[in-house]
Amino acid sequence: MAQVPSRSWQEVVDTGKRGDVPEGLWTRCPQCEAMVYRKNVEQNLYVCPECDYHHRIGADERVKQLCDPESFEPMWSDLAPVDALGFVDLKPYKDRLIAEQKKTGHRDAVLCGKGFIKGRGVVLVSMDSRFMMGSMGSVVGEKVTRAIELATETDQPLVVVSCSGGARMQESALSLMQMSKTSAALARLDESGGLFISVLSDPTTGGVTASFAMLGDVIMAEPKALIGFAGPRVIANTVRQELPEGFQRSEHVLEKGFIDRIVHRKDLRNEIGRVIDYAGK
Amino acid sequence: MTTANGYTGTYELEFERPLLQLERQIVELESHSGDAGVDIGTEVRKLRQNHTAMLKKIYAKLGPWNVVKVARHPGRPQATDYIHGFVKDFCELHGDRHFGDDPAVITGFGRIGSHKCLIVAHNKGKEIRERVACHFGCAHPEGYRKALAKMKLAEKFGLPIVTLVDTPGAYPGIGAEERGQAQAIALNLREMSRLRVPIVSAIIGEGGSGGALGIAVADRMAMMQYAWYSVISPEGCAAILWKSGEAAEQAAESLKLTASDNLKHNTVDEGLDEPLGGAHRNPSAAVEKLERWITQSLRELKRFKIDNLVNNRYERLRRMGQCG
Repeated sequence: MAQVPSRSWQEVVDTGKRGDVPEGLWTRCPQCEAMVYRKNVEQNLYVCPECDYHHRIGADERVKQLCDPESFEPMWSDLAPVDALGFVDLKPYKDRLIAEQKKTGHRDAVLCGKGFIKGRGVVLVSMDSRFMMGSMGSVVGEKVTRAIELATETDQPLVVVSCSGGARMQESALSLMQMSKTSAALARLDESGGLFISVLSDPTTGGVTASFAMLGDVIMAEPKALIGFAGPRVIANTVRQELPEGFQRSEHVLEKGFIDRIVHRKDLRNEIGRVIDYAGK
Repeated sequence: MTTANGYTGTYELEFERPLLQLERQIVELESHSGDAGVDIGTEVRKLRQNHTAMLKKIYAKLGPWNVVKVARHPGRPQATDYIHGFVKDFCELHGDRHFGDDPAVITGFGRIGSHKCLIVAHNKGKEIRERVACHFGCAHPEGYRKALAKMKLAEKFGLPIVTLVDTPGAYPGIGAEERGQAQAIALNLREMSRLRVPIVSAIIGEGGSGGALGIAVADRMAMMQYAWYSVISPEGCAAILWKSGEAAEQAAESLKLTASDNLKHNTVDEGLDEPLGGAHRNPSAAVEKLERWITQSLRELKRFKIDNLVNNRYERLRRMGQCG
């Protein structure tokens, strides 16, 4: 039956276990399997020095990498998720939230604020895949919307780094509404002539791809990031055939015409700065 | 009335089993009504009363999973039935001008009451060949792009837009992904939020995820009593969170996908009562109900200045969600 759409963040969690850098002095790269000195990976922006594999990174690390030192001011950090529906699966949503908050030190899956990238003032949004696979519920939707509105009011470039399994199932239709809410805010940013740079990192799927992530004036993606609407497993189950090599990876999505540039993590700051300059913002 | 049940097909809902016995008895008795010297009128009346009472009892406490089953009932009126029912002089418009014509989305001009408008609707298909062509109501990017192209046309000519939502979700396939399913839906969300004509939208059956939302950004949203609307289908949710499709019933409970739940959380504005025992028992009553809601909503929305209308639409979306 063809009725399973997207937001398979759990599916991505499974592969995520591979992507995170494990504790210890040495680490094995999940792609080239080389044993690499952990410090070297860290100093290399969490990119494997041997094969360029881009490890998943949390929102704090992302902000640190992108912004000029000490320039980032987080905003709306007090917004906290609520379990409006009393959602229970194998574990109550309430308990999941507490566990995730403890694990990450954040209230939800996105970090927003003002900062500078190469001396250019920006409104920056960074999703955090460590928090429930970066899924979008009411808090993520609200913070992203506020960031878009702030960029519109202050005529500053908006930079959003996506990293998400999609809309958060535990808030059901409330999560779904965040897709239209964020997209509507982007219509206003667009009308005001504002610039929106959307950066897609591994993974960007489901309701996040099908809303703000795909609406950038310029869309960049990190190499080999999974980018799509439905999860690969759902698609394979539906069409009952093998998926093409590199399917839904950045390079494939670029070839199909849906992103502008694939950018290595070490070049992101420069590339963002360059686009801001071309847009005259 | 030849049967106790307005629906004449063969599909059976499990929770309606107790009714079938009664229905068979009624049909049997009625077939003897011509026999001389037999007065069966009183008996049939009694059976019918029992049937109605039982139907009321069953539908009064219909759980979310059973609501999903009613929403998927093959006899349930689909968009094409509503279009035949209340759209006069329907002029279908095909194609997305990019790639093809997705039959899973129907678009066209038509009149509803006194309102000239554009109709955009999911199409599940009736016969098996049509259902396969429509991927059982799962649209491809072409469907969403067709919808947007025609909605822009409506904007250009000042025609209000009426959308009828009935999809398990957007199609998850290789071609759909390669042709930008996510981008097509995202664009519809952004553009619908700023179209300068009134938009009303009704979920008539299944409101599955982004595939539903892709034609459901509106000034007014209604939901039929036994429709469902959620971020994911119960089966999809069960497969991911419970790691088993078997848990679909529990997922349906947790997702709070019924009309009353969606009303409670303001994700829709209005619930439309269905005939006793669901729209499949009395499609013409459902058609009438929806037509009345559409004409009344359009009448109200047309009174707004366009700037206010579009602002209110934004404010409506802006309120969505719940944070602590």
